[in-house]
Amino acid sequence: MLSATVSILAVVLICCFLFDQGLPAMVEIGISDFITGTLWKPLEGHFGIFPMIIGSIYVTAGSIIFGVPIGLLCAVFMAKFCPQRLYRVMKPAIDLLAGIPSIVYGFFALMVIVPVMQDLTGTSGKGILTASIMLGIMILPTIISVSESAIRAVPESYYEGSLALGATHERSVFAATLPAAKSGIMAGVILGVGRAIGETMAVSMVAGNQAVIPQSITSGVRTMTANIILEMGYAGEGLHRGALIATAVVLFVFILIINISFSLLKRRGE
Amino acid sequence: MDYLKKHPLSFFLRLAVWASALLTAGVVIFLIGYILVQGVPNLTLPGLFAWEFTAENQSMMPAIINTVIMTVLTLLLAVPVGVFAAIYLVEYSKKGNRLVKLIRVTAETLSGIPSIVYGLFGYIVFVITLGWSYTLLSGIITLAIMILPLIIRTTEEALIAVPDSFREGSFGLGAGKLRTVFRIVLPSAVPGVLSGIILAIGRIVGESAALIFTAGTNPAIPGSLFSSASTLSVHLYTLLTEGLYTRQAYATAVVLLVMVIFINALSGMLAKKLWR
Repeated sequence: MLSATVSILAVVLICCFLFDQGLPAMVEIGISDFITGTLWKPLEGHFGIFPMIIGSIYVTAGSIIFGVPIGLLCAVFMAKFCPQRLYRVMKPAIDLLAGIPSIVYGFFALMVIVPVMQDLTGTSGKGILTASIMLGIMILPTIISVSESAIRAVPESYYEGSLALGATHERSVFAATLPAAKSGIMAGVILGVGRAIGETMAVSMVAGNQAVIPQSITSGVRTMTANIILEMGYAGEGLHRGALIATAVVLFVFILIINISFSLLKRRGE
Repeated sequence: MDYLKKHPLSFFLRLAVWASALLTAGVVIFLIGYILVQGVPNLTLPGLFAWEFTAENQSMMPAIINTVIMTVLTLLLAVPVGVFAAIYLVEYSKKGNRLVKLIRVTAETLSGIPSIVYGLFGYIVFVITLGWSYTLLSGIITLAIMILPLIIRTTEEALIAVPDSFREGSFGLGAGKLRTVFRIVLPSAVPGVLSGIILAIGRIVGESAALIFTAGTNPAIPGSLFSSASTLSVHLYTLLTEGLYTRQAYATAVVLLVMVIFINALSGMLAKKLWR
């Protein structure tokens, strides 16, 4: 009983401390200036995190573009196409992909994807595109495993009914089974979005980290998470630190919205 | 080819499905292969496993030891709390209880919070408010809160999977509630609980964002709970941000990866045992 309430306590504490430390700074800067301001120059007293919010959204959207189609098709493969023998190898491999620490992903992206991008685009190689590809890989296992179980949960009779009407195996899967698994698949995508938007270390290594609104998909961005990790180390007492914590508050609100939509979807699925 | 002419759409769908599966498998193999191939030769760098960290050898031995200490202590803190919480949720709470709903919601929220927010929270509470500066203990408590939802959920699932006849049999023999839960139900749920713990170990080992501003980046074996200590992941991060020690970074990544693969294999084996 006592132990059970620890999780409540933890959430309350996290909220209290974050808001307690972040909100005063936000108010001092001015909430609208803070969220919509496009200039981030802590040393000169400009604290606008709009470029970071845009950065987070761009990078997350990019990861969806790369991760979702491949993840979804791979989930279909795992559930409906995969031979039993191959499944025994594929499943642990995908689990392993989920277990690899984010720092290793960042390292890999830095060593492999960044040089390729340098050659292809002639820029520094760090930017939205690189970060998106890497995040797309990182959210693959989440999307695959959630979608796969959603597809498996669809009654076999849907598929069989479609087959009996003369449709091919592929058409039955895509036209009868997949639509029925829609809400489960959406839940997987949302979970992936949550992971992508909260990712810190890996993104800060390959996104370039310029605190300006990006001009193209190869230019560098800074996400909210990267903003915190990059400047927390040298932000002294006062407004700068407060602004960084306030960035975390904004991030927290984003995550809460994502979580709520996830549990709503789950409830509808049941 | 016959299939292509008869059902072009189906053919392309099949192609797309196989292609993405191949791509995923390719990514897994390439990622692991690349790091192993690049990293294994660097494992023989002189002094890489020396006990003392110096600027010359960039030894990862202290970081490995820190990782082990951090993991053990975090588990000591989080597992009892998590397991008891799950026992309460499954065995003692009544259905539809408001408190239970609240606990579920908060645990779900906790599991969705990104690790950087945990790190910042730990930084504010332990480093600033309590004035501990970067210490092993701040890192441990932060991580314990982070893995709590994972342990609660897996333990819950394991407890629910224990058939009711076990409980009824125990009651029938005259055992009380407490004795039933701890002597009958919990032991039969052990494999499930263990697999949750192994998942948690994986998260602790791989964590970096939550630790940089709580446990710090000092690559030395800690003297006490109140000294700074970097784990392997944090060590890799510092190596990379300094940008001078790419070969050491590869070697560190290999060790980290091998640890994770080992942990995954372990949990896979346990899961298999559970299914039988």
